[in-house]
Amino acid sequence: MKISFVLNGEKRSLEVNPSEILLEVLRKRLGLTSPKCGCDRGDCGACTILLDGKSVKSCLVLAVEVAGHEITTLEGLMQNGISPIQEKLLDNNSFQCGYCAPGFIVAAHELLENNCCPSVEEIREALAGNLCRCTGYTPIIDAIAQVCKCEHEGKKGGCGCEGR
Amino acid sequence: MKEDNQASAKFKYIGKNTKRVDGKEKITGAAKYVDDIDFGNSLLYAAIVESPYAHAKILSINTKKAEKIPGVVRVVTGNEFPFRFGLYMHDRYIFAQDRVRFIGEQVAAVIARDEATAQRAAKLVEVKYEELKPILSVYDALGLSSKKENKRSSEKEFGHNPKNMIHPKLSEYTHVPWFFPQDNSNIAHFRKIRKGDLESGFQEADYILEDEYTVPRYAHCAIETHASVGLCDHSGRLTMWTASQSPHTQRHLFVEALAPLGFTHKDIRVITPYVGGGFGGKAGVSMEILAAALATCVRGLPVKVIWSRSQEFYNTYQRQGVHAKIKMGVKKDGTITALEQLLYWDAGAYVEYGANVVNAAGLSATGPYRIANVKIDSVCVYTNLPPGGPYRGFGYSEFLFGLESHINEMAKKLKLDAVDFRLKNAIAEGDKLAYGASMNPNGLHECITKVAKAIEWGKKYPEDNKNKSNIVHGKGFSLFWKAPAMPPNASSSCFLKFNEDGSLNILLSAMEIGQGYFTVMAQIAAEILSVPPHKIRCETPDTDRNPYEWQTVASHITWSCGNAVKRAAEDARDQIFKLVARALEMQQEDLYLEDEAVKSKKDGKFSLKFSEFIINGIGQKDGTFRGGPIIGRGMFMPEFASAMSDPATGQGGKPNVHYTVGAAAVDLAIDKESGKIKINKVAFAVDAGCALNPDLVKGQITGGLLQGLATVLYEDMRFDDKGKLLNSNFTDYKIPTTLDVPEEIISIIVERPQPDGPFGARGVGEHTMIPAAPMVGNAVEDALGIRIKSMPITAEKIALAVLEKSENGGAGH
Repeated sequence: MKISFVLNGEKRSLEVNPSEILLEVLRKRLGLTSPKCGCDRGDCGACTILLDGKSVKSCLVLAVEVAGHEITTLEGLMQNGISPIQEKLLDNNSFQCGYCAPGFIVAAHELLENNCCPSVEEIREALAGNLCRCTGYTPIIDAIAQVCKCEHEGKKGGCGCEGR
Repeated sequence: MKEDNQASAKFKYIGKNTKRVDGKEKITGAAKYVDDIDFGNSLLYAAIVESPYAHAKILSINTKKAEKIPGVVRVVTGNEFPFRFGLYMHDRYIFAQDRVRFIGEQVAAVIARDEATAQRAAKLVEVKYEELKPILSVYDALGLSSKKENKRSSEKEFGHNPKNMIHPKLSEYTHVPWFFPQDNSNIAHFRKIRKGDLESGFQEADYILEDEYTVPRYAHCAIETHASVGLCDHSGRLTMWTASQSPHTQRHLFVEALAPLGFTHKDIRVITPYVGGGFGGKAGVSMEILAAALATCVRGLPVKVIWSRSQEFYNTYQRQGVHAKIKMGVKKDGTITALEQLLYWDAGAYVEYGANVVNAAGLSATGPYRIANVKIDSVCVYTNLPPGGPYRGFGYSEFLFGLESHINEMAKKLKLDAVDFRLKNAIAEGDKLAYGASMNPNGLHECITKVAKAIEWGKKYPEDNKNKSNIVHGKGFSLFWKAPAMPPNASSSCFLKFNEDGSLNILLSAMEIGQGYFTVMAQIAAEILSVPPHKIRCETPDTDRNPYEWQTVASHITWSCGNAVKRAAEDARDQIFKLVARALEMQQEDLYLEDEAVKSKKDGKFSLKFSEFIINGIGQKDGTFRGGPIIGRGMFMPEFASAMSDPATGQGGKPNVHYTVGAAAVDLAIDKESGKIKINKVAFAVDAGCALNPDLVKGQITGGLLQGLATVLYEDMRFDDKGKLLNSNFTDYKIPTTLDVPEEIISIIVERPQPDGPFGARGVGEHTMIPAAPMVGNAVEDALGIRIKSMPITAEKIALAVLEKSENGGAGH
């Protein structure tokens, strides 16, 4: 069946089989390889993308379910270059093998959209669905904690966070 | 992290927290892993027909129904590949031959145009089996009827089990000269160490303690599963793309395994892009042999084999389980006089790699202690469970759980402080190792005292005794050590190419599995050549173009490959000096490199930028040029190492190049009712020799530590009574999440230089996970007075032990 959706800001139409998984369609048919497969059952979060701004595990979504919706992958979050989240992750040498990185960045993006300056507890909570076997998470959590969205948008203190 | 290490002051790039040179590729999703590569519409997929039995004879295989399915290209069975191969011992097959030896073993494969068709058709392959009794424990495999009855009748007869052999042809298998398989048994390798006089060592002792400890199997759980694509073209050229830690070793094993088909080294090319985590699981060759073999059956078309998460659990290497029996003798003053360690390893169905884990552990099972009289038997036992193999720590995590638990118990019995007892016996430079060689320079004592201070050793929680809360606190200590386990001639090499603008491409064949070696190699070249690391690109391996590297294992890359890179950079530097001296009539010894230019000690004004000559040469008055592209070459092999030794005593060789040592301690809280442990603080010190990049060392500490804590707190492979793995997914085999991170980690880097390391460096990658289990076991004992002798130390186990203790006052478990 034919479905239409918005992918990283661009309208797309595609013929899909009703049993096709979104992750597979993104990777093998649309050439977006930042979402990765690590478990194929929603346990690891390496395939995390945004569906209408909310993070989902794309291995648990059927392609037909996204008809009429908006999808954003890590590729779509870099339309204005590398984000402040990515900058901090780079500065902190946060990732090692890097396989889980796209999923973490997408999940962290959602967190910071809803909570400009999350506490360490809130960061741990928000990223608990993403597995990383290399880093012990500490350098990832440290980096996210250094991102204050208001600061980067020049509204320091505007949210009441006082720039942390 | 502050760059307050020794190296930082002396060097421009060494010892600095340089940002990862692969960082940008990884945070943007640009980094390519095997499954990200587009092989086009002609890509074929293979599905594997797997054994449902742990031990059975294969009577027949009928592929007719599967072959009739539209979209199926080929069905392949073991009949087409009757070849045996392996890394250290040729004991495994591409596909099972006359018998299967573990549940999930590959019996046949279906190659189809798409994945779904391959999977559907694989279910139609009919295999008839005759079930055999599976051997699921080391005691069954050794013919010892129970765990209790493991006394050894006679040295010669030990383990004889001729009627129940998993590998009846064991005596015909070829293997490295340092393995000692036992005929008519399931013993694939028996490593013996005999030092001093054990009997008199025990006679000297005032106190002797004997106990047993058990460690189960564990899974690596890299987030990327194994993936492999093979393409054999019509000229007979085989190209492999693999998620691997070992491109050259893979090429060599592919050549060996497929030699009957006429392949030589020049015919096989292994390309290894980024790897989504290794931890030893992607070392050697496991499932990759399938893509290599299958590619030869469908010439001209690429074929992909990719493991599901479940297959990743049951058909790659697993960390081997071990049963340890320890007897230790100590004098009243705390001197350890004798140690006897008997280690039975559950090595699984094939041990071509795992037997070397057993060997490495046997050589070093004294731990980092000076002990005059030693007897170690490290026994590699075949069982009908999945193949054991390399896992970060390579046997050391396994034996250290028992040994460091035992050390604590010993101290307790003698009423000695556990840290003082360790300090008294801790190994020092020049001490004689169990196999006779000398201990390398090391900062173990410094690590111990720094960790003791950081964890506030000796400071108790007095409130634990006063209130009636269910929460109790404990502290636990552990030392650790590990040497790279590798053949004595394992080597590394490097090509270093300058570009027109003075930037560099470095060709290597170690793997960037996340540890950050690309960055560290760039820092080494940068230091020698004065080119900043961000102008240096390290290339992922392609065995056609990148020079040889043995494998990215053993925590030897910083040291071994680092030496190769340093030599390549020095070679390029010397070529530059020679050229400039010749072209400009200067003296070589007056020249030095600074800020990407050649400068002169004699003439302060002289400065010749690399970009002015490094490719196109130096112009002469007559319009001719001198020079040409500068290419450095370097290699390293530890020429002092030797695996030759007396099989009966292990004495005589120098099997280990050096040890990296350290200490760690934990401060934890336990809820006595639920048994749940909360890790409050961990202090971890490692002697890195020279921390080339302290931030990356710290990354190894936070990562390895959590991986190690998980093995002691909850991870555990569970098999049923038929040998089937019950928890082959992340729902049932839980690995840590962000919610499991210790409250505080204190990373301490000690730097006692390794004389033959690049800038004094030695590896730290595996070590960071090794002390986690015993330090937790010791802290649990400190908090509850209960010694738990089997891993993992789960909440359930603690809660039950607390209950048992309150009911009958028992103290062991």
